[in-house]
Amino acid sequence: MKLSISEKFRDPDLVRSLVEELQSWEKPVKLMEVCGSHTMAIGHWGLRKLLPSSITLLSGPGCPVCVTPYSVIDSIMNLKDVTIATFGDLIRVPGRNGSLEQSRARGLDVRIVYSPFDALEMAKKKETVFIGIGFETTSPGVAYTIKQAAEKKIKNFSVLPAFKIIPPALEALADDKDVSIDAFILPGHVSAILGSEPYRVLSEKYRTGGVVTGFEPLDILNGIRMLLRQIQEKDPRIEIEYKWVVHKDGNPQAKAILDEIFTVEDSLWRGIGKINRSGLTIRDEFSDYNALKKYNLTLPEKDDFDKGCRCGDVLKGKIIPKECPLFKVKCTPENPIGACMVSSEGSCAAYYKYEE
Amino acid sequence: MKNERITLGHGSGAGLTQKLIRDVFNKNFKLPTLEDAVVIEGDMVVTTDAHVVRPLFFPGGDIGKLSITGTVNDLSMKGAVPKYILITYIIEEGFLISELKKITESVQKAAEESGVSVIAGDTKVVEKGKADGVYITTCGIGVLPDKIHLDARTIKAGDKIIINGSIGDHSVAVINSRENFKLTGIPESDCASLNKLVQKMLKAGKIKFMRDPTRGGVATVLNEVCADTDLGIIIEESLLPVKKEVRIVCELLGFDPLYLANEGKLLAFVGQEAESVLQAMKEDPLGADSRIIGEVSAETNGVYLKTSIGGLRPLLLLDADQLPRIC
Repeated sequence: MKLSISEKFRDPDLVRSLVEELQSWEKPVKLMEVCGSHTMAIGHWGLRKLLPSSITLLSGPGCPVCVTPYSVIDSIMNLKDVTIATFGDLIRVPGRNGSLEQSRARGLDVRIVYSPFDALEMAKKKETVFIGIGFETTSPGVAYTIKQAAEKKIKNFSVLPAFKIIPPALEALADDKDVSIDAFILPGHVSAILGSEPYRVLSEKYRTGGVVTGFEPLDILNGIRMLLRQIQEKDPRIEIEYKWVVHKDGNPQAKAILDEIFTVEDSLWRGIGKINRSGLTIRDEFSDYNALKKYNLTLPEKDDFDKGCRCGDVLKGKIIPKECPLFKVKCTPENPIGACMVSSEGSCAAYYKYEE
Repeated sequence: MKNERITLGHGSGAGLTQKLIRDVFNKNFKLPTLEDAVVIEGDMVVTTDAHVVRPLFFPGGDIGKLSITGTVNDLSMKGAVPKYILITYIIEEGFLISELKKITESVQKAAEESGVSVIAGDTKVVEKGKADGVYITTCGIGVLPDKIHLDARTIKAGDKIIINGSIGDHSVAVINSRENFKLTGIPESDCASLNKLVQKMLKAGKIKFMRDPTRGGVATVLNEVCADTDLGIIIEESLLPVKKEVRIVCELLGFDPLYLANEGKLLAFVGQEAESVLQAMKEDPLGADSRIIGEVSAETNGVYLKTSIGGLRPLLLLDADQLPRIC
């Protein structure tokens, strides 16, 4: 393993000087960190406590596990005699009949994989379904896996497509009159694939600026500083802070394979509802690998939520987790009601863990 | 709940395990302590330990070595000198006898190195598919030296917390080997018997309490101490020994090394004699990288980490193992 790490972006002295600069900000602003990994990093480094009270950070809909509807969990549980392969943090998400982890205890063959390729390997032994959730960060890898399966004519493999794409969700938030967000801390890794161009609509149509930001403490603080400057100059625009990873045109190869295997469709976001053209499904040419078609499954158009769970309002940034009446009372990581509490990068879990 | 079933989380050593002990076991047993070892008959210390690990052989150890070091360490954390081990093998039909030999040689080697004798045992074989290769359970017996009595309730604000080296090595070595990640440069498991180190420490100064941060890691042990003492704990990230390779694997998978298992580490709570205990630790090969990582505080409740950039975050008791993250 070649070791390299962004130590420079954790320099305590540089952090201190940036924090000092941010501390002088007076006008109340609400910034939304869209990506779950940002929520985690902010909690992990204790950044919220370093910011002045005038700067509020809201966690957005960028945790892939959190926005996956109940129905995906419910329908996958009905599959018999298959291996269900999934990324780890999905297995504790409650569906209507419990979580995949609980189903495993009842005998369902559920396995955690680190890569969709592992699922393809499993298919050599037994019919395998991979739960295809995630944003642009994960979907190209799954697309490539489907392509490999097709090329190698592996028939025992399919993917349940529940992928989401980020820009339409942000546009829906910017367009929602109940949501007041001054600017977006835009996701770093999603943008490594997409580039920054797809966000332009946010600043041009909705006058909401955004900065594509990295995940190290200095990245995040610098991203916030860039957003504050936009707000001060009253000039909302889309900028890239995470220049050491993100190019404005993104990754053309990854975008090409997404386009080759998937097609855009309307998609249901847990807690938010249906958002036009915000999901990816598998193109007809590859329908042999679409678990929905292979097993004749349909995902409902609507998802209803547990009484009192305000996941949706949390994901939209309308409230912070502790404003939900269930938070820490009925909804805990041990007994999560909403998905925001399940995934470690869910806003509620991050608040529970990091922001007492 | 009537239909509730055991999940892997119940075996994590974290919150769900504690709940299981509370709701099921201790409803019946009324255990005098939930520590890993217990003092009986005045100066005798006994422990029991079960070992399940996949793969059975991993860089730095195997299930045989682990069964001895784990048992020896449980006894040592009470300050006892480990003496005897009883061992039971539960073996799956079809298991290679050559592997069993290798494991048993490893048991004997670790026992000799630790200065304990394996004096009795039992063998059971179960049908193919009813176990995963081999499981080992042990019983350990040790003797308390004169005037040694370690008790979490003697911990006071201002006491220092010492660790004998880097954290997370065992978990990361096992994960790398089990998941076949083929990452190179990953440290081996720290799997080792700590009894000799502990006896040196006890001679160097007054130790109030010790625990080995195995399943659940450092954060879980510190939380348990807080719960037992009603005190707070603040540790500093910049003082925490985490090997670079371990930190990188953790960042890739979304793990926090503070919650990962160690098999050759101890946390000691020491008052005024912290410096002399620390010096004695550094002279032992298993304590060369010892350091103070934080202290007990009356100002807070619960466990906090001062991050390397000056932030503060709570280290809560998790309910179950950490899950690898999607992205």
